Amino acid sequence: MATDILMPALSPTMEEGKLSKWLKKEGDAIKSGDVLAEIETDKATMEVEAIDEGTLAKILVAEGTEGVAVNTPIAIIAGEGEDVAAAAASGGGGGKPKGPAEGHPAPTPDMQAEGLAPAPAPTAKTGDDAPRAPAAPAVITNKAAAPVMEEFPAGTEMVTMTVREALRDAMAEEMRRDEDVFVMGEEVAEYQGAYKVTQNLLQEFGARRVVDTPITEHGFAGIGVGAALSGLKPIVEFMTFNFAMQAIDHIINSAAKTLYMSGGQLGCPIVFRGPNGAAARVGAQHSHDYSAWYSNVPGLKVIAPYTASDAKGLLKAAIRDPNPVIFLENEILYGQTFPVPKLDDFVLPIGKARIHRAGTDVTIVSFAIGMTYALKAAQILADQGIEAEVIDLRTIRPMDTETVLESVKKTGRCVTVEEGFPQSGIGAEISARLMVDAFDYLDAPVLRVTGKDVPMPYAANLEKLALPNVAEVVEAAKAVCYR
Amino acid sequence: MDAAKDAGQPNPAAEAPEAVAAEHQPAPNAPQFTREEDLHAYHQMLLIRRFEEKAGQLYGMGLIGGFCHLYIGQEAVVIGMQMASVDGDQVITGYRDHGHMLACGMDPKGVMAELTGRRGGYSRGKGGSMHMFSREKQFFGGHGIVGAQVSLGTGLGFADAYRKNGKVSLTYMGDGAANQGQVYESFNMAQLWKLPVVYVIENNRYAMGTSVARASAQTDFSRRGISFGIPGEQVDGMDVRTVREAAQRAIEHARTGAGPYILEMQTYRYRGHSMSDPAKYRTKDEVSKMRDEHDPIEMVRKRLIELHGVAEAELKATDAKVRETVADAAEFATHDPEPDPSELWTDILLDARA
Repeated sequence: MATDILMPALSPTMEEGKLSKWLKKEGDAIKSGDVLAEIETDKATMEVEAIDEGTLAKILVAEGTEGVAVNTPIAIIAGEGEDVAAAAASGGGGGKPKGPAEGHPAPTPDMQAEGLAPAPAPTAKTGDDAPRAPAAPAVITNKAAAPVMEEFPAGTEMVTMTVREALRDAMAEEMRRDEDVFVMGEEVAEYQGAYKVTQNLLQEFGARRVVDTPITEHGFAGIGVGAALSGLKPIVEFMTFNFAMQAIDHIINSAAKTLYMSGGQLGCPIVFRGPNGAAARVGAQHSHDYSAWYSNVPGLKVIAPYTASDAKGLLKAAIRDPNPVIFLENEILYGQTFPVPKLDDFVLPIGKARIHRAGTDVTIVSFAIGMTYALKAAQILADQGIEAEVIDLRTIRPMDTETVLESVKKTGRCVTVEEGFPQSGIGAEISARLMVDAFDYLDAPVLRVTGKDVPMPYAANLEKLALPNVAEVVEAAKAVCYR
Repeated sequence: MDAAKDAGQPNPAAEAPEAVAAEHQPAPNAPQFTREEDLHAYHQMLLIRRFEEKAGQLYGMGLIGGFCHLYIGQEAVVIGMQMASVDGDQVITGYRDHGHMLACGMDPKGVMAELTGRRGGYSRGKGGSMHMFSREKQFFGGHGIVGAQVSLGTGLGFADAYRKNGKVSLTYMGDGAANQGQVYESFNMAQLWKLPVVYVIENNRYAMGTSVARASAQTDFSRRGISFGIPGEQVDGMDVRTVREAAQRAIEHARTGAGPYILEMQTYRYRGHSMSDPAKYRTKDEVSKMRDEHDPIEMVRKRLIELHGVAEAELKATDAKVRETVADAAEFATHDPEPDPSELWTDILLDARA
């Protein structure tokens, strides 16, 4: 029986890739283990191996094709003794798909973000969770929103780039500007970054300034802090912030407290950066959101951007800042594209929230990937006649309470959205501040939409349940509006 | 390296810890100091001794709070090391740090005032005994988390290598810290990148109340870098001359780009781990034997008189001068005002616009 070869997912967050090269041609005999093709993602180039024996009956996606979605049939293999021409004629999708999804697409990160993955269980609460055939999840392109706040001159040319590219450009620009800035971490140099955020930095700046470390977070974080105390400006990349728990003593006890303990003598100009929070299907030990943890510590600044533009402007500011800065990125956002102003030196102020979408009826406060839920919810709410004002905190510490407060004074209602746990979370902090500073303005209790109070499960359906979703945000916003 | 040491021979210390702990073997054929060098060492060590004794008194009077870890007995280590270093070399250590600060040339008044939590302290009263720094003197603390200073000190060496400034990081730790995981992460990177770091393990035989033999599978700390290829040696840390000689070798090794070096300083602390330690884990005899037979300051004093022909009167004058310095420091530290309440809210973050 003819078998479809599907575009494979080569990483937990891959949504599409380029079919860069076919290594077999139609009519070739295939053995298990043969390399059929090369696939290029924004992170890496990988080989696709044959699992079964047979004959390559038909190539469905020509080499050089970009943006091939995961699970798209790319070729047909005729089984042993099968008529190759007939198999080829069966066309894409005619054969039995060979892949983990077995004809039913696996939930992709994008679908999770939308709360639109196939309903895993009949307990799903709202219609928004209903099964829906997913569109091919190409790179998500976020159009420029209505300019609520201008942070660059009107008429500035915008270029579209991924968050990943924006982060890389920010580091490269700052390294060109200041000889004291260097990057260290696991796989940042020769491998070009575990998530390709440091791509080409080694080529431009050399091994002295782009330093591959052994897998010893505690040690290299301490070395980074020591170098910073001595006056250098390290950018320490953690492959994920989950691993920074090995190093958290240096982040907190050595980096955050030394200025105070030295009576102002020893500053620590260092940036700790890397992906934070859940990626997709990576389990409890690789999915923790640490925003609230670091936001608890005086002596640190904590940044968690959503857009590429903010990622760039704020990372540049973080590198220049004379204090230790925790820069929380998100693996799922790395591949998303946004317009970024084309300016020689685009630096944003740390500690300023941004009104991402103006509204009058309810304030939704979020940050980082939480913004994807918030913005989609705002659209749905608008369709239902509720105008939500969506605030992107961007910086968690120092927190721009003023912007939130002004909005809530106007709307009288507030919902917070984050992927982290509920207890002592960012939403809890905002709620407490609003209770004190906006008590007389609130028309309803502040509601929090958070990750569920459980370690992150692996199973696709459970993981989806553990994360917040758009429907929950819509529901909470309607609840505070008493609708 | 001694091949026999590497062959995994049974460790006698594991069988008879007390016997080993009580014996101190002075280095044979210690190098000689000139009269001036011995006078310098005597003055410096005595300053630390008297300063620490005064700190102990002030603690007893309730003028110093919290933790206070005295360096008495270990003075030859930091003074010998400093005699081999040059201006610009960095020093970093753990929480038993008063001696290192004085050896770096920091003002005894500022150190004592920090102990009493006054505004004239090095950290304006906000650091305390364990947390003092001086960028001017290249003293980088003063760290309260056991072993943390080892990674940080390696980072100072990283910065020296990055800047190619020819400086060396002198990174001190105790025998207790030498068992921490990050020490070995740091050793690995220091040797991998040939960083100019001299690791000084001050083996005073007790990690708080736990003897070396009860805490360490390998009690020869000079060998702790073997698997990374870092050379090391055991040094009589009670004799300032052997300390300086080994320090010269180690610092030269690091400064010339050959990478890190480990010095195990065999030393002894006379006082408890901190002021609140009754020191029940060792006998009074053990302490008095070390004091009577191996005291680093007494050794120099004897040499000054017998070898260099220094008059008793001159030494007494030095003693008096040191006592006066320490008395002035105590006077300042007990009369200087506490920090202004507004200081609570300063030095948390630097102004990014500055």
